[in-house]
Amino acid sequence: MSFVAVSNIAKRYGDAPILERLSLDVEKGEFVTIVGASGCGKSTFLRLLLGQERADRGTIAIEGAPIAPEPGPDRGVVFQKYSVFPHLTVIDNLVLPAEIEASPFFGRLFGGRRRKAREEAEALMEKIGLSHAARRYPAQLSGGMQQRLAIAQALLRKPRILLLDEPFGALDPGTRQDMHVLIEDIWRETAMTIFMVTHDIKEAFKLGTRLLVFDKIRHDPQFPAAYGATVTYDLPLHRKAANAAGEGTGPSPHETADLEATLSMPASPRRERAAPAIGQ
Amino acid sequence: MRLINLRPTRAGAVWLAVLPFAALVAAYVIASQIRLAENPSDKLLPSLATMGQSMWDLAFTPDRRSGDLLFFADTLASLERLFAGLGISAAIALVVGCLAGFFPYARALFAPFVAAFSLIPPITILPILFITLGLGEAAKIGLIVIGTTPAMIRTLAQAVLAIPEEEIVKAQTLGASSWQIIARIFLPQVWPVLIAALRIGLIPAWIFLISAEAIAATEGLGYRIFLVRRYLAMDVILPYVAWITLLAYVTDRCLSFASRRLFPWAHLKGASL
Repeated sequence: MSFVAVSNIAKRYGDAPILERLSLDVEKGEFVTIVGASGCGKSTFLRLLLGQERADRGTIAIEGAPIAPEPGPDRGVVFQKYSVFPHLTVIDNLVLPAEIEASPFFGRLFGGRRRKAREEAEALMEKIGLSHAARRYPAQLSGGMQQRLAIAQALLRKPRILLLDEPFGALDPGTRQDMHVLIEDIWRETAMTIFMVTHDIKEAFKLGTRLLVFDKIRHDPQFPAAYGATVTYDLPLHRKAANAAGEGTGPSPHETADLEATLSMPASPRRERAAPAIGQ
Repeated sequence: MRLINLRPTRAGAVWLAVLPFAALVAAYVIASQIRLAENPSDKLLPSLATMGQSMWDLAFTPDRRSGDLLFFADTLASLERLFAGLGISAAIALVVGCLAGFFPYARALFAPFVAAFSLIPPITILPILFITLGLGEAAKIGLIVIGTTPAMIRTLAQAVLAIPEEEIVKAQTLGASSWQIIARIFLPQVWPVLIAALRIGLIPAWIFLISAEAIAATEGLGYRIFLVRRYLAMDVILPYVAWITLLAYVTDRCLSFASRRLFPWAHLKGASL
């Protein structure tokens, strides 16, 4: 039995099908990267895994048990924006998970327990390089620092699965490299199962052990919204063994170019022109 | 350099801020002197000295009938009504606004009613309040509450709705219960909005206070103004108007200062007045 089992799920918003006939088995410890054109349901898939929304059909199970119908501490998440709490300083953001866990009524800790939680948060800040910014609010941090904080916060309840929804999409290239190192280290240390949605195909190849491409299989040229998307490519990436050397594990150039051509098209109008018969 | 890129220095900004006030006072003094030169008993534009004398009498000479220092009694009575009214408004707005923001069912229940209720001109309710609650304090405070609460409810509900969904999902993935989300995510972000709503509500609150006092009261700043109006006592009316303005201004500044001190995170972006 696989760790995460997605079987034949479908999701529609109103009349528009977003995902259809999507099945997937993911083993524990895999780093799954998900790419696809805008509006192809990548983020919807993540929301289904998160429990923020429910599939119209099909089931999602973790270790054989259907996922809870609402978000919970077994599945952590980092969004592109708004992942940390703007009214809390860096250290308070990091103390919050412990407070939520230990104090069901007030959601606050006092005295010795508070001191202990703060000490743990300080150690964590040291680790992610935010010690100097402990008393700053998220709005006073750079984008990279905010995302580092968001990732650290998401890990505090020790989730079994980490969901990343374009977490580095708003960062500049240099910062993005640093974040790649950070997330790889975390993945290696915790052996967590990670799902990451990204627009950056190189990032998807670099970080993932498995790359999923979401796209529509069926097309109706008269009514492009008639069908939903599913997994069209499922590539295992055997790069981790070679990764000690650093580079040398990415996609071959033509592979990247090929996929980028697919991805640069919003919901594949290219193929509608090429093969109008499909889906009619 | 373009005019939009020219910024005053600190000292320059102070001078510019003082300028309109100084101009207003100067214009008044000149006009007053012209009128008084023609007719020394003119009542419309009394001199600053006359105004000062009248205010001194109101503030430090006990009233012959009641023995009160009228200026302070008026101020105290008005502020009590104002803050009682605003306090009740804030409490109602906090409860109803947050409920409407948190819970879709509460929103469906309250939103249309609040929207309709907020369109009733509050002054038209004043006679009803006087008839049902009598001419005492309750009616005047009630008018302030009715006049300011709907807008505050809407502001607070809007603020709760504006909290990004991502934050709520994130809190859930950290294991937070509904109550913990309210206590640690929603409420802390609502406080500064409540203060902002109070600051905006201050203006209508003063209007309704003065209106209610003008119609039925035995003391209060609005009562005094409308009482002495019968004698064209501009030497009392003008200082009272200035005093009311000052009180409103100081209240507003205090609230703004409190918000900055207590919720610095809410004031990190952009310039604000």
